[in-house]
Amino acid sequence: MDIHEYQAKEILSGFGVEVPPGALAYSPEQAAYRARELGGDKWIVKAQVHAGGRGKVGGVKLCSTDHEIQEACENMFGRKLVTHQTGPEGKGIYRVYVEGAVPIENEFYLGFVMDRSSQRVMIVASAEGGMEIEEISAKKPETIVRSTVEPAVGLQDFQAREIAFELGIAPGLVSQMVRTLQGCYRAFSELDATMVEINPLVVTGDDRVIALDAKMTFDDNALFRHPQVAELRDKSQEDPRESRAADRGLSYVGLDGNIGCIVNGAGLAMATMDTIMLAGGEPANFLDIGGGATPERVAKAFRLVMSDKSVQAVLVNIFAGINRCDWVAEGVVQALKEVQVDVPVIVRLAGTNVEEGQKILAKSGLPIIRANTLMEAAERAVGAWKNDLSQGTRVRAVK
Amino acid sequence: MSILIDRNTKVIVQGITGRMARFHTKDMLNYGTNVVGGVVPGKGGETVEGVPVFDTVKEAVEATGAEASLVFVPPPFAADSIMEAADGGIRYCVCITDGIPAGDMIRVKRYMMRYPKERRMVLTGPNCAGTISPGEALLGIMPGHIYDKGNVGIIGRSGTLGYEAAAQLKELGIGVSTSVGIGGDPINGSSFKDILQRFEEDDGTEVICMIGEIGGPQEAEAAEYIRDHVTKPVVAYVAGLTAPKGRTMGHAGAIISAFGESASEKVEILSAVGVTVAENPAVIGETVARVMGRAG
Repeated sequence: MDIHEYQAKEILSGFGVEVPPGALAYSPEQAAYRARELGGDKWIVKAQVHAGGRGKVGGVKLCSTDHEIQEACENMFGRKLVTHQTGPEGKGIYRVYVEGAVPIENEFYLGFVMDRSSQRVMIVASAEGGMEIEEISAKKPETIVRSTVEPAVGLQDFQAREIAFELGIAPGLVSQMVRTLQGCYRAFSELDATMVEINPLVVTGDDRVIALDAKMTFDDNALFRHPQVAELRDKSQEDPRESRAADRGLSYVGLDGNIGCIVNGAGLAMATMDTIMLAGGEPANFLDIGGGATPERVAKAFRLVMSDKSVQAVLVNIFAGINRCDWVAEGVVQALKEVQVDVPVIVRLAGTNVEEGQKILAKSGLPIIRANTLMEAAERAVGAWKNDLSQGTRVRAVK
Repeated sequence: MSILIDRNTKVIVQGITGRMARFHTKDMLNYGTNVVGGVVPGKGGETVEGVPVFDTVKEAVEATGAEASLVFVPPPFAADSIMEAADGGIRYCVCITDGIPAGDMIRVKRYMMRYPKERRMVLTGPNCAGTISPGEALLGIMPGHIYDKGNVGIIGRSGTLGYEAAAQLKELGIGVSTSVGIGGDPINGSSFKDILQRFEEDDGTEVICMIGEIGGPQEAEAAEYIRDHVTKPVVAYVAGLTAPKGRTMGHAGAIISAFGESASEKVEILSAVGVTVAENPAVIGETVARVMGRAG
């Protein structure tokens, strides 16, 4: 789960990381008022969206008057911000964060990630702050400093000092840097984060180490033990279909194609999407309905897939292992009677009792296109979508 | 021959009194797995499907001589159960549970390192379908009947995609020595590399079939290992060619977040070390058959 910059800063500051003075606003007027409350004569207005790269597309503005703040906000509120991380649909701006400007001397990159090779938390830092980490590793890989944390004892001060010295931090500021690194690590491990990124971390003209931006991502599987983190969820930043699916215990990712997929198991779901592509089509979604394909889940899945208006055919691919195909087939038939599906439906069943399952589909009287293999299913789905099949076999599953 | 488990392996089920655990305990017993007990704190003295339940793993091991364990414990408590197994003398543990916090798994992996190598537990999973040595034993939730006994070793991250591959092999009359699910989580007990090593050393395995997916470095690490240490032919399939970058595809670990983690990059890396890559999931069986023909 992602959270906003202002939320991440509030969390990190609670762990001893210094952040600029700032305040949240829900309207242009409020933003101007908050700026006056903060004091000073230069402010940064920052759109709060769950994505990086805001600065390049007008999501961050430096202002020095009330009027400028209001104008900047009016250009942000209600708009969809499209950055390289949001996808073409962008993310809505409903909150802005106003911060007092800070005199920057040096910028650094600081990231904490779950390193899957060492299976430990890894700190990644670079003196080339402000750039994206991908850009740094492509253009200036030699500037990257890495250090892994021994999970039994946590981050040691000497490790933090080593990082500080390698980054070329002035000796007088090393202890502040150590405090920042320790704070980030403690926030990461105590709150079950999967990523903490401060970019840039700056050294100011008056010798302070400050997190100018902050990003945190949390492990969904650990939210049960961090209710204070779980409540920071902002559904306005999520794809509505994906959050609805998640609320119903289904795993869904919307894509750009037009062949809807309903599959049991994540690996098989990805494999089904791949097969559709090889057959010349494009999947409309990833959808894993879980190992056991109960009739309720199949019905929910049809509703979800059909809520995507670009779907022009639905491919159901179920491998019945412990469950039997006849039972799954009954579920599919029941779902098609409950849910209005007015596009071709292709069903491929495999595993236990497959013949009985096929018989149930055939006897249902529903115009279901059946397939025996994964490839055949994908080809038929693509064919049905392209309307290559004769009108007689084109499915209109009625009510 | 098989790896990790055979018909003599004594198995306990942690969390055996749960609904799913009961169901699969029965299924494993029917398959012929030597299930000798279960563990649920506070339920010692009860029996499930005719096997005794103990309060702790230590007690269960002392009373039954159990060597392997299947963890069916809910996510908040699963890491603790794995560590209990590691400390209690279990040699091989399969964890089925999906949804364990990654931070917990980091702790589990670190905890296991405190035991000297000769008595360190081997863990596969979490978030996997289990391990089966066809005709010998089943330690997991997969449907036993789709696997015939034979000499192809399977390693996969996904459950149902693994079934798909096994069913294709059976259709072609090809059997399996052992099939090992390593699970879809970002931090897992054993990697492709760990299991490849076991298949390479196993006389009963002639061809190795690995089924990977997007996300993480383990397929690329496996490629390096295959290049330097594996003499047996390896067939691979990598799922997720159509998966967008930066999105989690069902499995917590199935997310492309770095260079080399996409399906096409993994295919390239594996092909470069001589692995025969099945182009699509519908031809995994055929590809193994072709490679076996060549090997035989």
